[in-house]
Parts: sequence; structure tokens; C-alpha cells
Amino acid sequence: MERGGRALAIRRRRPLLPAVRAAGRAPRVRLRRLLPIYGLLLPGLLLYGVWVALPLINSFVLSFTDWSLTKPATPVGLDNYQRALSDPLFWRSFTATIGYTAVTVAGQLLLGLGAALLLNERIPARSVFRLVYYLPVVTSWVIVSLVFLFLYNGQTGAVNWLLVDVLGVLDKPVAWLAEPSTALWAIAILGIWKGIGWTMVVFLAGLQGVPDELYEAASMDGAGIGARFRHVTLPLLQPTTTFLLVVLTIGGFNAFISIFVMSSAATGTIGGPLNATDTVLTYLWKQSFAQLDLGYGAALSFLVAMVVGLVSLVELRFARGMTTA
Amino acid sequence: MTALAAIRRRRRPTRTLAFLLAVAFGLVMLIPFALMVSTSFKTHAYVLEVPPQLIPTAPTLDNYVDAWTSADFGRYFLNSVLVASASTAIAVSLSAMLAFAFARYRFPGRTLLFGALLFTMMVPGMVLLIPQFVLAKDLGLLNSLVGLVVVYAVMNLGLNTFLLRGFFATMPQEIFDAADVDGAGVWGTFRLIALPLAKPGLATVTLFSFLAAWDEFTWAIVTLSDQKLYTLPVAIRAFQRAQATEWGLVFAASLIALVPVLCLFVLLQRQFVSGAFVGAAKG
Repeated sequence: MERGGRALAIRRRRPLLPAVRAAGRAPRVRLRRLLPIYGLLLPGLLLYGVWVALPLINSFVLSFTDWSLTKPATPVGLDNYQRALSDPLFWRSFTATIGYTAVTVAGQLLLGLGAALLLNERIPARSVFRLVYYLPVVTSWVIVSLVFLFLYNGQTGAVNWLLVDVLGVLDKPVAWLAEPSTALWAIAILGIWKGIGWTMVVFLAGLQGVPDELYEAASMDGAGIGARFRHVTLPLLQPTTTFLLVVLTIGGFNAFISIFVMSSAATGTIGGPLNATDTVLTYLWKQSFAQLDLGYGAALSFLVAMVVGLVSLVELRFARGMTTA
Repeated sequence: MTALAAIRRRRRPTRTLAFLLAVAFGLVMLIPFALMVSTSFKTHAYVLEVPPQLIPTAPTLDNYVDAWTSADFGRYFLNSVLVASASTAIAVSLSAMLAFAFARYRFPGRTLLFGALLFTMMVPGMVLLIPQFVLAKDLGLLNSLVGLVVVYAVMNLGLNTFLLRGFFATMPQEIFDAADVDGAGVWGTFRLIALPLAKPGLATVTLFSFLAAWDEFTWAIVTLSDQKLYTLPVAIRAFQRAQATEWGLVFAASLIALVPVLCLFVLLQRQFVSGAFVGAAKG
């Protein structure tokens, strides 16, 4: 029964023009029908083939070579991959990336959900709030990185002024971006701040799918705010949360511009101070474009892509387990 | 009914609390912007004052004038407009053609081609950066605005196709049947029927493509060595490095880059906050 329904749904989702359907009879008629369709596809696929598919294949092949722009590639087998696995600086950047991703994903999920719950209430000026929360999302990474560089200024930045002069929680100003212990987390705060608005919008779309009647029924059964949230909102938001978890994790692994701009401005080196803000992408960047070790860079890029793919799969599996449990 | 009304009334204090929290949260989101704007109106002497003043003591427009004239931001602005417009035009028209074919026709290779398009969409940009750099070098497209246009068009092609396919797929079949009876042909149907109906979707992908190109930084900083060709993000960053403490100038330049984005955003906010998901959910 269910299978029949699904097949029907699939057939309905792919409506076909009758003329094309009927065209299967004579090969020449069929070809004449198909040609304009391939004509529609050709320019886009050509561009995609030359600039995406072929470069990907090319890069994969070159990840097994010793290759820089100055000399031709020489095949080295799995050397680049083995080198990556025993490269302490790569592992260090990998750990930093995991930390950055965990913190930013958790922060964006919690604060984005909080913001969505606030704006899901019928409060005044909702659309203004939505606009304000979304503002960082549409502002470019370069600009927000420079703004936070300014806020984190080691002597006169607004963050130090707030913590030292206003709240008094610190005795003296901290050079947030030049201290190895704080630099990555200061950049992670920017990542959270920039992503809350987008996470909120996705959660709001999910919340719109929760019917008011469910809350009212739960209230009449005596469920308080906390119980309604736990037993109505959260379970119904499960698919939204899973989607966000995967997309935000990929985003965390892709963090690059903020680190590139802030670390180089605050410490003079990308990934500084003392490699504390080196993530997989800044490390890959330095190997490829500073050392011109392109074969090694290509191998690193495929390792990162593999890890991102694996983590996404694990998250999806984990989320499915939660739903069926 | 009265029970429901009572429940609704009971939620009113919650609503006040939610409003106050929303205001507090809004302030946290806005303060960085407020400081950026106010600093852009300050003269050098006041830029690093403690405590930071939201209202400048002696406001001035000098930073904007300097950024636009002596720092050449007019040229960078023009570069960005050219690159973003051209790449958006290519990305939107090619992806509309792809999406229409994938959504409305069955042909040999359909599943494979669409799968390949989706698969490469998932690949992190960094994986493509190295081989695209080499390709651009071989084609003489390093340090060139044409190179930027091509790469930005390709960068947006996959997602655009995916989103537009959703729009085309939900159009009622009857219209297309009628067009077919009238002998409109594939291209006629595409131009005269499908495209006009897909206007909201086209607006959304146009907006997204333009913004993505306008803000792109990584490819531009890898390939552009001639300062005359800089786009705004690269120019702003280079400017900050050269004028480390001239924050007023840096933020004036940043706001020059930000104003077109903010105008688009305020005018078309519905596209931003819902359009993408309608398309994505339907795809």
C-alpha cells in the first residue's frame, strides 16, 4: 500500500510533456525531440565540466604527485597522504577545527533556537527584530572580521573596556587575538554571532510547522512552558535540527576568511599566534599558496572533504537513531 | 472556548518577557554595527577613545570622501559591480536552462547528470581552489576580472539549478500540455511559459548569486595581484593592512561596500528569509 503510494508520488513529481512521452516510437523523431533538451543543458554542463568536474579529477590525480607550479609533477604514490597523517601541524590544525566547529555549532543552535522561540511569540515589531538578527548574515566575512578585530583590540577595544572598566571582571586588558589561549575562541564568537540569524530563520520555518492546537492541548493537560517545549516543540523540530546540525558542521569546517583576516592582522601570520588559530583550511592554504606544495595541498583538501563527508553521515545516522528510539 | 481564551491570556506575561529579551538580544547583535558606523564618522584622534563613544564628538564625512577619492574605492566599487553583475547574469541564465530541463523532461543521462551536479555542490570550496587556480593559470585567467566572472558564475551554478528546479517542478502540468498542443517546442515553452512563471524563484537566485559574488574573498585574493583589479572585499582588507590604525577610513570603506547589500536586503527581505527554503524544501 505504502509502496504504491510512493511510486505514484514519484510519478506525479516528474510530469512529462506528452509529446516527448509519445516520441519514443521512431528513433529519428525521438532524436529531434531530445536535441533541444540537450541544447538547454549544454552551456551549463560545459561550464561545469571544465571548471568543476575536470579540475576535481585533475586535483585528485595530482594529490598522488610531488607538484609545485615551478616544476612538473612527479608521481609519489600515497606519500602525500602518509605525510599528512604524520604531520603534527596538520593534526594540530585538525584538533583546532574540531574545537571551533563544536563550539560554533552548539552556540548557533542554542542561540538560534532561542531567538526563533522569542520571535515565534506574538511580540511587537517582530519583523524589525528578524531584520536586526539577520543583519550579520548578509554582511561579508571580511567586514565583520575587521569589525571584531576592532572590538577585540588589546588596549582600547570595546570588549576590554566592557570587561575591565564596566564589569570589572578583568584587572587589565587582554590581547584576545594575540593570546594563544584565547585567539581561536574569540574568532569562534564571531562565527556564532554571524550565524545566529540564519539558524534562527531555519528554526522559525520549522516552528511554523508546529500547529497551535498542539500547544493548546498540552496546556489544557496541565503542561507548563518547560514541558510544552520538551514534549511538543523539540520533537517536532527534530528534522530541522538535524538539517542545521549537518549544514552548520560543514560551515565550521569551512571557516577560513575570519581566521585569515583576523590572525594575520593581529599577529602578522595566518594562523597565529603560534599556530593557535590554524585550522585545516588555513593550513591547507599555507601549504598550497605560501609553500607552493600543491600536491600536498591537494591531498590535504581531499582528506578534509572525506572527514566532512564522514562527519555528516555520522550526524545523519545519529539523528535517525534518535527519531526511531 | 473560554478555556482557550484563558490560556491565551495567561501567555501575555510571557510575551512581555519575550519582548524584553528580544530587545536585549537585538542590542548585542547591533552594537558591533553601531560602533562601526560611528567610528566611520570620527576623525583619527577619536577613533580609539576609551570609553568608546557611540555618538562621535566631532562628526566628519572626511573618511568617506578620502576613501572614495584618494583611496580609489570608486574603482574597486566599479570592479565589484561589473564582476557581480556579469557572473550573476551567466549563473542565473545557465542554471534556469539546466533546471527547466531537469524538472520537466526525461532524457537519457538525466539522473546521472543531476547527481553529478549535486555531488560537486557538496565539495568544499577549498578542494576546488587549487585545481581551478592551475586551470586559470593555464588559460591566462589569473589576475583578471574575466577569471573572477567565470569562477563566480560556476560557484553559484549548482545551488541555483537545485533551487530553480524546485520552482519549475511545482508548476501545473496543464499549462505545459497546452503549450505543447500549440506547438511551442522546448525553447518556446521555456521562454514564453516557464520563465515568466518562475519570476519569484529567479529573483531569489539572482539575489543570492549577486551577494555571493559581491562578498567573495578567497578566489579574489589568490588570483588578483594587480591592485587596479581589486574587488571591494580584497581592497578593504588590503586597506586595513596598509592603514592599521585608520579605523575611521577602513569602516567608511566597509560601509561603502555594505550599503548596496543592505538596500537589497531591506527591500527584498522576504526573499532572504523564506524564498530559499521554499525552493530547497521543494527540490
